[in-house]
Amino acid sequence: MTSKITTLRDAIAAHVRDGACVALEGFTHLIPFAAGHEIIRQGRRNLHLVRMTPDLIYDQMIGMGCASKLTFSWGGNPGVGSLHRLRDAVEHQWPAPLALDEHTHAGVAAAYSAGAAGLPFATLRGYLGTDLPSVNPRIRSVDCPFTGERLAAVPALNPDVTILHAQRADRRGNVAMYGIVGAQREAAFAARTLVVTVEEIVDELPSAMNGIVLPHWIVSAVAQCRGGAYPSYVHGHYARDNGFYQRWDTIARERDGFLAWMQQHVLASRDHATFLASLREVA
Amino acid sequence: MNDWTRDEMMTVAAARQLWDGCVCFVGIGLPSAACNLARLTHAPDVVLIYESGTLETRPDVLPLSIGDGELADTAACVIPLPEVFSYLLQAGRVDVGFLGAAQVDRYGNLNSTVIGPYDAPKTRLPGAGGATEIAAHARQTFVMLKATPRSLVAQLDFRTSGGFLEGNGARARTSMRGTGPQSVITDFGVLKPHPASDELQLSALFDGTTVDEARAATGWPLKVAATVETIAPPTKIELETLRALHARTREAHRRPVRLPA
Repeated sequence: MTSKITTLRDAIAAHVRDGACVALEGFTHLIPFAAGHEIIRQGRRNLHLVRMTPDLIYDQMIGMGCASKLTFSWGGNPGVGSLHRLRDAVEHQWPAPLALDEHTHAGVAAAYSAGAAGLPFATLRGYLGTDLPSVNPRIRSVDCPFTGERLAAVPALNPDVTILHAQRADRRGNVAMYGIVGAQREAAFAARTLVVTVEEIVDELPSAMNGIVLPHWIVSAVAQCRGGAYPSYVHGHYARDNGFYQRWDTIARERDGFLAWMQQHVLASRDHATFLASLREVA
Repeated sequence: MNDWTRDEMMTVAAARQLWDGCVCFVGIGLPSAACNLARLTHAPDVVLIYESGTLETRPDVLPLSIGDGELADTAACVIPLPEVFSYLLQAGRVDVGFLGAAQVDRYGNLNSTVIGPYDAPKTRLPGAGGATEIAAHARQTFVMLKATPRSLVAQLDFRTSGGFLEGNGARARTSMRGTGPQSVITDFGVLKPHPASDELQLSALFDGTTVDEARAATGWPLKVAATVETIAPPTKIELETLRALHARTREAHRRPVRLPA
């Protein structure tokens, strides 16, 4: 059996192609920043990005021209305000037009679950009283065959690649995560290819019982990447840098300042360790 | 001159509407402050659920985001997101949902999606998130926003979340399970729906605020309920608890985070 343990650079090069549908999931916690930066460094284009809560890493990928479409349900900087690069793309098509496939959290969660189960669509008692179906033809309805109730229907989400960050993996590629886990398990099982970065790789994972373990046979590649979720956080390892999230509002507000920051810290850094070191220098 | 701010009064007025033991779906910002103030004063057993799946959480400081580690550390348990929306919300296991919005109309419908046309927005807002289904399925919702004629509007630019829809019982004819927005808490006072027409009307004013002020801050001709209550100013305990919570939060958010090595 060939090892699934690889480097982040090789994992992105091997699995993320131009034009792919890619989900970097994470609900505030465990956001795969390092993987997003590597996609930017490798210059991927025309990605269809999927995520319930596109936050700073998607702001960066959109602003750097990686994406042409976004499936999402809430796009903001939590507790701070707008994502200025996402807004610039939607409001002014800079640096490129961005097609929106806009949903609600309940809808995306259900669509991932359907994708994970190999079903063609998800149904939910959702999208009631909202204009969203009038701007998104992928939000439809279905009549319950038993009660006749009209329910919302959304197509299953099956990303070409789902990318996650987790606390640890073992050498076979089993991945364990805990804390706020969002829709990561569903996004993992819905994916055709699953790439995971982890804080540490261990010989043996502790027994998990009801904990979340993504089994090795659905995992395509695992790369160790310490600090790989920063400025998001990893429970048990490091805290969310709320100050960075607040500073991002200024960094990303204007195009020039954004591009300069990305050049200095992401493009000029060969990997995530160098990126973190570059932030330590300016701190 | 009051010794409290309008923000503080809004937060206190919202907190007072929660009862001990109620199951409350919390949003970030003013609602988060209000819910925790209730928990720290008159409702110690209020069950706070944040969208990130943290159930019965008791944060010592207010989170910046909906999923700060503090929420998980102090929660009874943390569940995956699809369960939050299906098992809890859609299944009707939430008493109160707290919502904010950029725009609210006279029937309590909310816009948090876009200002201007959807395809050519003047301002792109974050979008629905959990709000659409919270608005539909929480047994009742409370809305918090600062009132201006640009936020309390005659016509929404986009309807993200349904309140009473077109009013006059329209909501009751849908499969929305909750009873809709029962309170809109603004910085002048509280609007509540008329029992027959569903139209939001002025039902309570903060101490020192006038009907004229409320009307000036509302973008439609605001109707006034038969009796308008005056909401008692914050008590000493409410103010001290809220200010201490904010002080702890400011200090925690200022603390530098060590970059992972």
